[in-house]
Amino acid sequence: MSTSTIDRLEGERRQARKDASDRAVSKAEGWRRRGPLLPALIFTVIVTQLPFLVTIWYSLRSQNLLRPGEDLFVGLSNYIDIAQDSTFRQTALNSVVITLGCVLVAMVLGIVLALLLDRPFLGRGVARTMLITPFLVMPVATSVLWSIALLNPTYGLFNWVLGVFGIEAVDWTSTYPVTAILMALVWQWTPFMMLLVLAGLQAQAKDVLEAAAVDGAGPWRVFRSITLPHLRRYIELGVLLGVIYVVNTFDQIYLMTAGGPGTASANLPFYIYQRAFLGFDIGQAAAMGVVVVIATIIVASAALRLIFRSFEVKE
Amino acid sequence: MFRPPRSGSVQGTSVRARAAAATAAVALALTGCAGAGAVGGGDGEQIVVAIVSNPQMQDAISLQDEFRAAHPGIDVRFVSLPENEARAKITASVATGGGEFDVVMISNYETPMWAENGWIENLQPYIDGTDGYDAEDFVPSVREALSSDGDMYSVPFYGESSFLAYRTDLFEQAGLEMPANPTWDEVRELAADLHDPAEDFSGICLRGLAGWGEDMATMTTAMNTFGGGWFDADWNATLDSPESREGIETYIDTLRSYGQPGAATSGFGDCLTRFAQGQSAMWYDATSMVSSVEDPSSSTVAGKVGYVPAPVAETESAGWLYSWSLAIPSTSEHKDAAWDFVSWMTDKDYIQLVGEEIGWERVPPGSRLSTYEIPEFAEVSQAYADATLESMNGATQESAMTHDVPYPGIQFVGIPEFQDLGTRVGQQMSAAIAGQVSVDEAIAQSQRYAETVAETYRAQEGQ
Amino acid sequence: MSDTTRAYRRRTTGGVLTTLTWLLAIGFFFPVLWMAMTAFKQENQAASDPPTWFFTPTLDQFRAVIEGGSATYVGNSVIATGVSTVLVLLLGIPAAYALSIRPVEKVSDVLFFFISTKMLPVVAVIVPIYVVAGQLKVLDNIWTLVVLYTAMNLPIAVWMMRSFFLEVPGEVLEAASVDGAGLMRTLRSVLIPMVAPGIAATALICVIFAWNEFFFALNLTASRAATVPVLIVSTMTSEGLFLARLCAAALLASLPVIIAGWVAQKQLVRGLSMGAIK
Repeated sequence: MSTSTIDRLEGERRQARKDASDRAVSKAEGWRRRGPLLPALIFTVIVTQLPFLVTIWYSLRSQNLLRPGEDLFVGLSNYIDIAQDSTFRQTALNSVVITLGCVLVAMVLGIVLALLLDRPFLGRGVARTMLITPFLVMPVATSVLWSIALLNPTYGLFNWVLGVFGIEAVDWTSTYPVTAILMALVWQWTPFMMLLVLAGLQAQAKDVLEAAAVDGAGPWRVFRSITLPHLRRYIELGVLLGVIYVVNTFDQIYLMTAGGPGTASANLPFYIYQRAFLGFDIGQAAAMGVVVVIATIIVASAALRLIFRSFEVKE
Repeated sequence: MFRPPRSGSVQGTSVRARAAAATAAVALALTGCAGAGAVGGGDGEQIVVAIVSNPQMQDAISLQDEFRAAHPGIDVRFVSLPENEARAKITASVATGGGEFDVVMISNYETPMWAENGWIENLQPYIDGTDGYDAEDFVPSVREALSSDGDMYSVPFYGESSFLAYRTDLFEQAGLEMPANPTWDEVRELAADLHDPAEDFSGICLRGLAGWGEDMATMTTAMNTFGGGWFDADWNATLDSPESREGIETYIDTLRSYGQPGAATSGFGDCLTRFAQGQSAMWYDATSMVSSVEDPSSSTVAGKVGYVPAPVAETESAGWLYSWSLAIPSTSEHKDAAWDFVSWMTDKDYIQLVGEEIGWERVPPGSRLSTYEIPEFAEVSQAYADATLESMNGATQESAMTHDVPYPGIQFVGIPEFQDLGTRVGQQMSAAIAGQVSVDEAIAQSQRYAETVAETYRAQEGQ
Repeated sequence: MSDTTRAYRRRTTGGVLTTLTWLLAIGFFFPVLWMAMTAFKQENQAASDPPTWFFTPTLDQFRAVIEGGSATYVGNSVIATGVSTVLVLLLGIPAAYALSIRPVEKVSDVLFFFISTKMLPVVAVIVPIYVVAGQLKVLDNIWTLVVLYTAMNLPIAVWMMRSFFLEVPGEVLEAASVDGAGLMRTLRSVLIPMVAPGIAATALICVIFAWNEFFFALNLTASRAATVPVLIVSTMTSEGLFLARLCAAALLASLPVIIAGWVAQKQLVRGLSMGAIK
């Protein structure tokens, strides 16, 4: 064989060894990278997925805590019951209405407030402090406060104010239960949205804004073409987090209207709670939980892929 | 050499590090405390008592030092929650054998069922072994309701029926007279006369809040007295029978025409506030209302109220029977200590204690007959003692219903499914009161719910 | 338009905007103010028609709440909140690192998994958790809450801290690795100080959610491990008036978080806007 072939073979062998060692390195590197993630990941899997598996198991049985000894495997019959339950449909609709309503209104208000707070004025810190407080106070307490001190038809403050203007008293929690809950929820979550948007406003590159001003762009132009696109990422984060938290709202419904009148203001978590702790029908409650998880994941994956795409672009 | 961008980083580190260290230190310190506490704090036993946070119960908590003095080796920890939460927690715990509680507050609804399931201890041996406890002194209808096969499985803390309260001063002013045993029609007329919405004053206050123990309690007594009810002797659901319908329609119509605003979310507490603040002429509800209505420090109408038995139609009486009682779960590991506490809270000396320490209006009513013999109590309870006793003695199925039923209970159906069924029907009725559905729709839907339950029982009977 | 006119216009608009801001701020704050006022009233003043604006303040309600035995509740809340937040940071910071600076292969899948755990309605798993906890004899145990709160806050913390880490300029990391710093050293001396405001913001959010959490506390605790929200609910009685006492309890309960939020709000905004330094 000629030296060139030997060299070539030698070269290939060296390359192969190098590739192998590279792969070994990248395998090791892969594990080194996964290492820091593992504790959190394993912890989350154990604490959240195991109970979920147990929930699935319960959903296939007909267990009622108050009638011991009747625990049977019933396959999918719980799920069929849910499909035929008109109350479940209504509470699902309520969940959607309450979640979207709260998040949208809170976000719009949050943007307005953040814009107002972005200007310098005397006592700005105090105003901002006052505006974030609703998010800090205990929701258990504020729910009761809203339903008893503010919205009570006889001695609530809202009706007192209406009375001052000569308007007849409104029975808020009976006639407009969803609105009442939305008021309390929007009140609680607006500061959260406001803070996120405020962070976004303050993260704007000042030089870009100055350049636009020098170019003679009016405040509305600047807002529309520079600020709003920049804020998009923060708004999306706010909407995502808002939806995740508000869809699981329990405190307000439980303490303000108890889902009523009838089931007019019950959302899915509350209805499931009633099945589990009032009817003690564990099988039904578990099946509903499973259905809710699947539905949320479907909706969320669509939403998240959208957001991720915009995030990827950012990076 | 690269310098990290200015971000107050040095400051940030130390602040954060200090905060973390402080948190950890506090957490560790408190862990130590909590750990020691959890172990049981030294000598003696620890018992956990789950009760409902009603005023009479809160009085008991405030008097716990007396118990400690009498039983120094027992450490009592209370879990006190509003009724619905307490019920849910206690039931979940006892049904799953969770074992968190040594004493639980239940009622004459749970007692027969749980006794049968073996979830609560038979208290008769303890009663018999305790001198001077005198279980014969308990109001007979209550004692009966808390027993299974002649043995008591829980002992009453207080008992109640339902009656009609009315403002004697306003009746006198308007020249109206309250009959000694009013019928629903008479009550409606009186309410119509006094109803004045322009002045934010309602002729009557009735419950409308959804719940098996809220609106369905009062409404069921109305159904009963018109000859209707939940189920007949053959386990057919009878919510849409003509008699039940009449009772329901009378109740809802009275409430909508002469009742308080916000009726659909008015429970006992809301009506109490209204009546005690002088915004209602009459109020049909639990006899235990007197503890607050006749208390001058929180009621503006104390001393101006008269009481008559519950409105009737076809039956002799209509008042319900309800008793908050104390039981010992079978899972308890401190049954003797638990009984010490239970007997302390339900014996004659406790009644004396409350009367002397807190006030004679705050004494737990309707549990012992001897309470009504105590001179000081007889004095403060002049206005309502007779009506209360009359209502409680008349609170039997024979008296309050027109036909036999296959279950215990007057204002409830003593089956496990009833908490759920009753609340679902209560929700329908509440929606009807709010005008969101028609009464017919509410009745139709409720009948469907009841029929589903009835089916299971008919199948059982068929076996 | 002359400069003076423009300036005048700006000042009036500015004045209008400032007034609007104050009106909104007062409007939002008012319920909290009312709650604080009610805490100093007697019960029949708290729920009166018309509302009581002028009254002699009393400390009776506060006395009743404190004497009613609130130390255990507060202690439990402090443990549950404090320890879970520390755990969240201990677990979450390395995880965020592994999803940003030295990322693993499937970053978006892992992130999606974390977020998906928050989509599970807690209500649905509560019964299995209750039954399992009962069998393991860990009901009414504060450490059960600690574990659950950590799992509850971890996804959001990972998400937030990841985006803060993403803002760290590449040069800093290269410089650190050139200096031969390993993972721990890099984290400790370089990264964490840089994103400290972001971590503070995350910690504050975790504290808010854990301190105010009600559902798990209500269902999984009884007497030993009950937290402050449970105490608040237990002041509610179905027979009688309770609004003033509830407000007093609520005011005391919310004070720690309110103060933390007020003090740290600048950090919070700054943390959420990491990356402003350009």
